[in-house]
Amino acid sequence: MLTLTCPYCGVKAEETELAPGGEAHLKRSGPGSSDEEFESYLFARKNPKGVHFERWRHSYGCGKWFLAARCTATLEVFGTYPAQTPAPTPDILAAIKAKRPEWEGYE
Amino acid sequence: MSTRLSRGGRLIDRSKPMNFTFNGKRLRGFAGDTLASALLGADQMLVGRSFKYHRPRGIVASGVEEPNALLGLGRGARFEPDQRATTTELFEGADTASQNHWPSLDFDVGVVNNWAYRFLPAGFYYKTFMFPRVAWKHLFEPVIRRSAGLGRAPVDRDGDRYEQAYAFCDVLVAGGGVAGLAAALQAARAGKRVMVLEQTPHWGGRAPVDGGTIDGKPVADWIKSAVQDLERMSNVTLRNRCMVAGVHDHGHVIGYERVADHTPGDGRPRHRLWRIRAGEIISATGAIERPLAFAGNDVPGVMLASAVRDYVVNFAVSPGDRTVIVTNNDDAYRTAFALIDAGLIVAAIVDARPSATGDLVQKARARGIRVLEGRGIAKVKGTKRVTGVQICAQAGEGAALEDIACDCVAMSGGWSPVVHLWSHCGGKLIWDEARACFRPDATRPPTGDQGQPMVRAVGAANGALTLPEVLADAGGPAADAPAEGPIAAVWVMPQGAPDALRFKAFLDYQNDVKVSDVQLAAREGYTSVEHTKRYTTLGMATDQGKLSNINGLAVLSDALGQPIPATGTTTFRPPYEPISFGAIAGEARGEIFQPLRRTPMHDWHASQGAHWEPVGLWRRPYCYLRTGEGLQDAVRREIRNTRNAVGLLDASTLGKILVKGPDAGRFLDMMYTNMMSTLPVGKCRYGLMCNENGFLMDDGVVVRLSEDSWLCHTTSGGADRIHAHMEDWLQCEWWDWKVYTANLTEQFAQVAVVGPNARKLLEKLGGMDVSKEALPFMTWAEGTLGGVRARVFRISFSGELSYEIAVPASEGMAFWTRFLEAGADLGVMPYGTEALHVMRAEKGFIMIGDETDGTVIPQDLGLGWAISKKKADYIGKRAQERSHMASPDRWQLVGLETLDGSVLPDGVHAAAPGHNANGQRNVQGRVTSTYFSPTLNKGIAMGLVHRGPARMGEVLDFPVGADKVVQARIVDPVFYDKEGEKGNV
Ligand SMILES: [Zn+2]
Repeated sequence: MLTLTCPYCGVKAEETELAPGGEAHLKRSGPGSSDEEFESYLFARKNPKGVHFERWRHSYGCGKWFLAARCTATLEVFGTYPAQTPAPTPDILAAIKAKRPEWEGYE
Repeated sequence: MSTRLSRGGRLIDRSKPMNFTFNGKRLRGFAGDTLASALLGADQMLVGRSFKYHRPRGIVASGVEEPNALLGLGRGARFEPDQRATTTELFEGADTASQNHWPSLDFDVGVVNNWAYRFLPAGFYYKTFMFPRVAWKHLFEPVIRRSAGLGRAPVDRDGDRYEQAYAFCDVLVAGGGVAGLAAALQAARAGKRVMVLEQTPHWGGRAPVDGGTIDGKPVADWIKSAVQDLERMSNVTLRNRCMVAGVHDHGHVIGYERVADHTPGDGRPRHRLWRIRAGEIISATGAIERPLAFAGNDVPGVMLASAVRDYVVNFAVSPGDRTVIVTNNDDAYRTAFALIDAGLIVAAIVDARPSATGDLVQKARARGIRVLEGRGIAKVKGTKRVTGVQICAQAGEGAALEDIACDCVAMSGGWSPVVHLWSHCGGKLIWDEARACFRPDATRPPTGDQGQPMVRAVGAANGALTLPEVLADAGGPAADAPAEGPIAAVWVMPQGAPDALRFKAFLDYQNDVKVSDVQLAAREGYTSVEHTKRYTTLGMATDQGKLSNINGLAVLSDALGQPIPATGTTTFRPPYEPISFGAIAGEARGEIFQPLRRTPMHDWHASQGAHWEPVGLWRRPYCYLRTGEGLQDAVRREIRNTRNAVGLLDASTLGKILVKGPDAGRFLDMMYTNMMSTLPVGKCRYGLMCNENGFLMDDGVVVRLSEDSWLCHTTSGGADRIHAHMEDWLQCEWWDWKVYTANLTEQFAQVAVVGPNARKLLEKLGGMDVSKEALPFMTWAEGTLGGVRARVFRISFSGELSYEIAVPASEGMAFWTRFLEAGADLGVMPYGTEALHVMRAEKGFIMIGDETDGTVIPQDLGLGWAISKKKADYIGKRAQERSHMASPDRWQLVGLETLDGSVLPDGVHAAAPGHNANGQRNVQGRVTSTYFSPTLNKGIAMGLVHRGPARMGEVLDFPVGADKVVQARIVDPVFYDKEGEKGNV
């Protein structure tokens, strides 16, 4: 059972307080997008073994959505950050690089 | 015979005898006994029958690794199957019974399987499934069902209570043996918050039985002072009878405390499940002795060497008068000394090593014990009890050199560190050639949330198998014990055992897996240890292979001609030992299994005969039963009354979400398929909500409260989900939009007043103009109705003249009562959810969850009118543009009318010509809602049919049973008041 720190209320939350929301930083494709773009947005997920950016909601806490960078293999958490960003922040990228120098980077 | 010795027994209290029964026989033990030691003390070695062959089986071990001695314990509400006799403490009046035999333990007809060795080989079940189905059904299954299986499931409701607790610590020590105590002292002295959990009632592990000195003191003395030191420290918590069941992500540990198993009925919870978050976990879980594989190694009386000395030293129980010890290591020699010190006979020590020279071996020789080097056991003689062993050369093929009479065989194949907790979260193992065991690889530990090592193994659990090594590894004081010579990696006896011997050399006692089974699996091409495990069922029983796994993979490696580390181990998964369902459930059962949500009128419904229907966590009246009525009678009465007079529905469970802010209209235009931003203040609009995949997920009436605020009604039970859906989009996609949402569902009680007399009833309450002119259909007004602040919505889900009135929740019950009083002469009567459902179906209104199932788009339901053509975007719009969504080749909503007036069964499919690839009838539609309509006095249904609306009048076949077909005509889904005159008054 994971623990993740909610960046809004600062609580180190047990997984039972949280609701998962899948991959973070998806770019929405609405009307006018191509079939390929829409398929990619709705269905194609990276599912990496390693560094992953994902959405969590502090459902039984402050109710806020936040984002987490986590290793899917070892469950190491590199950091959590507010959801209101279209891409990983420089801080979070630096935190990952410090722990995983071999990581190829975001996209 | 096994007997109680007249002296000794470090764990029993002879001043406290305890009575218990086994299969109805009255027996006696002492306080401090386990069920196993008490049974052995009463000469009950035979305790069960094996799973597959029904061979007689006795007690093998003295701890959690015991594969055979699983008993039914207790009666009635306290009956529990599969209780491990070696880890269950004796208590006064314990009522125990053996399992897995028929008709009796001593005489079992299933033993016929015993003759059928060659017919129940590895993969028997898989191979049998390949037979014709008829053979399985009539031949194999009845026989297997009768004879297989462990204990029977309890019948009564569990009479005990259980609880759960949370704890946090810096260091959690799993295991209170000498390694655990030493590690705990070290951490505690460094100021850490320490918890020490020990699965048995005793501290010190097996060190007091095996002897030696720590810090110059006998081990028992050192243990006592170590425990005293720990107890005195405020930063230390000690818990015995508490097993670490599993190590999970980020230092989450599950502890399983057997609080009152040994004092049943004393009022305490039986078990307590601990959920602990630990900074670091120290695995001091010791090691488990391995059996050796020789023919007849499962005959009652063949035991682990360590177990034999445990019974002698701890419980003063002699497993046999005359014991042969068979070993591949020095440690088993300790058993010889324990037996001789107790005045018993050691007939011989059969040592598989060509030459044995360690301190303990020298000591044995010096004490005049016969030591046979380079020898093995060819076979054990006896069936229900060992009568002797046949000795052979270990290097040979089993030619008998001599027979030795004995009634007990103490075997030791070496020790396997308990690496379970290390492995649960991915700690890796290495093969230690010198010690012939897998042990934790300290360079590849399981890691925590910061990538730090999360578990540290110490002592025997880390492969430190002698007392001085254990204490050094655990950071304890110096210890002393005799030096031990090297182990020989012997798994099977003799080395060249032929088929006849291998067929009776057991690896997994509980699942009856033999050396020959694993070898057969290898010959049949099973090279992966995980596949072999499942094919042979090795290690898949309730003991999870604690005795058998390493021997099994050694045999597999040998058969595959590869070293053991190349074969690897199977995966270690929690729990370490079975834990009770009661502990997992904790207090969450019965009324508090899950929270119950009550509307303000809940108790009134209950007092009026409500038959409840669960809706989410709510409970709603399905109907109100009057004396003498069946459910159907009540539903029909409620419908007729509502259609003819006036009905009241408690609609408080409807979700009510307030959406407010400068961008609220823009936001709702994205949430709903319709245009909500243009809804005038004072008006209501039916809205549809789709997910991004285009599928309909919720519906409800949206109300424009003011310039910047809207009230969104959701389906009952859907409010939390829809509120979360809105918040997700607001927080994660359009976070710069100025919108707030609030889930007000429980702030309001809501009453639907429905039927031709609805307006008269509201007028009797008085205070608001609810006339057709002042409050037309799909409008709302705020005011005081019957003295209560109210919002009156003129909306209808039944086709009747209808008002839904929201009042503050605190006034809901008083408001409801006012309607009942004022409406007495208007025929007012409450109605339940079933009447609601029938009336909406009579009108052809869809119901989320009936007409929708996550694959239905609004267009399928004839709801295209509720999809805005003007909007550039809404959630689901792009998805609905996909070719197969826009295709006319979809199943679409229609009404269905049976030709004979009967009610179609729910969910039945309409048959189409031909068959699919699986030989099943093709289908062209299905029934989504079906009821008897008391209004129309016939069966009505709605369904989704391929191109349905274009096929009006066509008759479809609905196969409803083996040979029965019901025919139904495709009709308009609006069955009642098609012109809508009823509500338009
Ligand atoms: Zn929070």
